[in-house]
Amino acid sequence: MADRKIGSQTIKFNKPPSIIGTGTVVGPKEGIGPLKDYFDLIINDDLYSEKSWEKAERKMLKEASEMAIKNSKIPFANIEYFISGDLLNQIISSAFTARELGSPFLGIYGACSTIAEGMGLGAILIDGGYADNLLVATSSHFCTAERQFRFPLELGNQRPPTAQWTVTGAGAAVVSSDIKNPRITYFTFGKIIDMGEVDSNSMGTAMAPAAVDTMIRHFQDTGRTPDYYDLIVTGDLSSIGKDVAEDLMKQKGYDISNNYTDCGIMIYNNKQDVHSGGSGCACAATVTCGYLFKQMLEKKYNRVLLVATGALLSTTSSQQGETIPCIAYALSLENL
Amino acid sequence: MVKKLTKEQQDFQQYINKKKPKPPYIKNAFFAFLVGGFICTIGQFILNFYISLGLTFKEAGAPTSATMVFIGALLTGLGIYDDIGKIAGAGSVVPITGFANSIVSPAMEFKREGYVFGVAAKMFVVAGPVLVYGLTSSFIVGLIYYLFKL
Repeated sequence: MADRKIGSQTIKFNKPPSIIGTGTVVGPKEGIGPLKDYFDLIINDDLYSEKSWEKAERKMLKEASEMAIKNSKIPFANIEYFISGDLLNQIISSAFTARELGSPFLGIYGACSTIAEGMGLGAILIDGGYADNLLVATSSHFCTAERQFRFPLELGNQRPPTAQWTVTGAGAAVVSSDIKNPRITYFTFGKIIDMGEVDSNSMGTAMAPAAVDTMIRHFQDTGRTPDYYDLIVTGDLSSIGKDVAEDLMKQKGYDISNNYTDCGIMIYNNKQDVHSGGSGCACAATVTCGYLFKQMLEKKYNRVLLVATGALLSTTSSQQGETIPCIAYALSLENL
Repeated sequence: MVKKLTKEQQDFQQYINKKKPKPPYIKNAFFAFLVGGFICTIGQFILNFYISLGLTFKEAGAPTSATMVFIGALLTGLGIYDDIGKIAGAGSVVPITGFANSIVSPAMEFKREGYVFGVAAKMFVVAGPVLVYGLTSSFIVGLIYYLFKL
């Protein structure tokens, strides 16, 4: 009998696992944004003294991971699993970082929702009694994402106003059975929601219905209302997508406008020429492991609902005219 | 075959299209006109320069194009052309300097994958379609022209 599952898609943890330490590395652009004081390391060169963007991305992922372990003050050998994913084909940033770290590795792909998917799965392993400490991490890099999904960097083209800017950075967190705050109390799995968006330059509007579906499922399964949380944060819908999500929630009878924001809006200021906001695995990851984690440690926020979203498309599916399947995972982070 | 959208999806798309901000068309067109015109004016100066060296108008065309391609490639290499393109849009894409940009930028981008599978293979990834359809249509137009002249 699955005693920890409530409602149709939510897991309620018996002994809510803790986030005991985080590490964040961000690029120069993120390092001048509004959240700059919450990141552990700001690199001043997109290449990070490496020979390629891909190498730079995995170096950030490795540093963020090591920093998270260091900040959690547990010995490296105590890390029992490394759960990670990224945007690059065959999640090479994660696999190559796992090669360096040497811990047992679980590679996942949730696009920009990876951090929530990873923390949720990690919490399940811990609460299930399968581990005591594990590391969850993810990364993205503007330059690696551009060349894989879009155009060469030096090509002189214009981006539409709905476009989002891939965050350069990496975020990592150690999830543990130790009793410390903040804790992961609930995890709501998302379903794939596809509302027919084909424009890969408009991910926020494509992902908004997925975020809404998971949020409503979370509220129904847990019996909570939006006011229960100090903050509801979606992971990278950005300005247009956030508007849409708020609208759709209102239509379904949930008013979230008082305590709702989005990682893609938080990470840049509006003078940074990022069009509608930030995106990429590192967007939700650095905001969560940097800003949210530190605010929760200081008890500025005590109940946060993180709803990280991902657009699960590929360049091939886009070119073949397919619509974009989207997902969202909700993670309830609380100081108990 | 791509699936047809359901009624629910269609309604959502209609709603979304109202939500999405439109690109600033007038501003974009204005800067495209300005920058495109400026690039062509530079081209004219260069053409006049070659004519002043003693070339005929027809002969001066080739070295002018070559010079403009060089300038486009150089500005791409210096990381300036993409900044111009961000403001000018089609104004810097359509002139021959934009063509140079579309070939040099992928060549630079994929240098790390090696000179064969990187630079050479990816060089025409943006410009390729322009070449294919440009050459095909010019062939067809030329054929029609030839047949009508007969």
